[in-house]
Amino acid sequence: MLDSIISTLTQGFIYALISFGVYITYSILDFPDLTTDGSFPLGAAVTAVLLTNGCNPYLTLLVAIAVGALAGLITGLIHVKLHVRDLLAGIITMTALFSINLQIGGSNLVVERATATIFNAEPIMTLFGGMSLLYRKLIVSFILIVVVKIILDLYFKTKSGLLLRAVGDNQTLVTALAKDKGNMKILGLVIANALVALAGCIVCHEQRSFSATMGTGQVVFGLATVIIGITLFRRMSFVKGTTAVVIGSILYKACITVALAAGLPANLLKLITALLFLLVLVLSGRKGEEIIHA
Amino acid sequence: MLELRNIRKVYNAGSITELKLFDDFSLTVDDGEFVSVIGSNGSGKTSLLNIICGSIPIESGDVLVGGESIAKEKDFVRCRRIGRVYQNPSLGTSPNLTMLENLSLADNKGKSFGLRFGINKKRIDYYTEQLASLGLGLEDKLNVKMGALSGGQRQAVALLMATMTPLEFLILDEHTAALDPKTAEVIMQLTDRVVREKGLTAIMVTHNLRYAVEYGTRLIMMDKGSIAFDKRGAEKAALTTDEVLAKFNTLSIE
Repeated sequence: MLDSIISTLTQGFIYALISFGVYITYSILDFPDLTTDGSFPLGAAVTAVLLTNGCNPYLTLLVAIAVGALAGLITGLIHVKLHVRDLLAGIITMTALFSINLQIGGSNLVVERATATIFNAEPIMTLFGGMSLLYRKLIVSFILIVVVKIILDLYFKTKSGLLLRAVGDNQTLVTALAKDKGNMKILGLVIANALVALAGCIVCHEQRSFSATMGTGQVVFGLATVIIGITLFRRMSFVKGTTAVVIGSILYKACITVALAAGLPANLLKLITALLFLLVLVLSGRKGEEIIHA
Repeated sequence: MLELRNIRKVYNAGSITELKLFDDFSLTVDDGEFVSVIGSNGSGKTSLLNIICGSIPIESGDVLVGGESIAKEKDFVRCRRIGRVYQNPSLGTSPNLTMLENLSLADNKGKSFGLRFGINKKRIDYYTEQLASLGLGLEDKLNVKMGALSGGQRQAVALLMATMTPLEFLILDEHTAALDPKTAEVIMQLTDRVVREKGLTAIMVTHNLRYAVEYGTRLIMMDKGSIAFDKRGAEKAALTTDEVLAKFNTLSIE
């Protein structure tokens, strides 16, 4: 029971990186970005290949961030420079990434037991070596999510961050401030997909495998957690959006854990994901119009 | 000096709904002029502003500032020298940011939007003073989200934001039309004060003939894509609302 709670929390923390990404695109930029379903496995594919080839596990984090940023850049350029609708721009990149991910990692790639991951390489072992792997994963993923959250919160308060928030809010204002709104959207997509690919990277470290289909449903997960988080804390303005979506992520993963514990076959997981998302939309009173309208 | 030279603007070119708005439209606005533009719906008032700001493309012609063409500049580039206030109060501010964040953004116009802290605490006193001068009781609402304010309050802040940094032209696009008469009056007086204090060149599109007559140094009446009536200086000062209304009616009846 306790083990199950610990591993749910760990999952919640790791996948909250997707929630951060979707929070930036969907909630801040008002951009329904489906690139997520492609950039998540992209981060994992690159990580699996690098780990298999003996790369330093911490370096894979940076590489994943870079390739995710590139994926976001491509969606942004397709949308802004080629004037393709936001939803379609994401679909194009996502579809292209599926093949690219297959090229990078094949349909499945398992990272050998002997290979060091961020959960058992130095300096983590020196610091937390006394704990079992289960707890170490919790600690490492918690530290990661807190660091990313603090960086994001600080960024949102910078001049660039304020402008990014303004572009989703009121593009006309950004133009009036003599800034190119297109560049700000691209920047937002770059940051968001860098975070999503980082999530893929850490998931790959955690489960020691990559699969080409692991991206399916991640954007739905992200949207659900953002909407859960924002709806729950709507009336508590002192709770930051980033905190709210982490809690959304944990709650979501908890629902999945409960469903599996109740005997749900793993093959029905995406069905449950979709139904849970529908439930969240209906309960939060949004019913998807904000997703479709853009 | 702002010049529009031989502007040609066609909407839906080549389709059955093709509408030729401007065929050979020219207009010169001198520095320091405060031009009121009136005219019926579809006469080209807002298109005129959009052409100046680069919000819509033109078929041919040129837009010049101080003799230099800005026709090839994108809208956001032109905005370096232009401040614009819209009819819709929500277009001038960012509703999910606080008033302080909004003002800080406006204050940073023309500078780089990098990774420095967005709010400069040293400027808070200045913002408070500016807000107090509006007389709308906004000075103690710096940390309130813009979206929670009324239309009139947002429009006042939008005007403040549009004119906070040095600019050459102030473009007012029916900026009092969505406000109640009392608030509209407050915003109009505020506009007049800002234009005078900062010595701006302003172009104001309005449906309110009284404002057009009472405020500004020049009055232009547009009709079907051309200028039907253009008065400035003493002639403009001598105009009455009734005269303008009479002229307006002769055009509208055609």
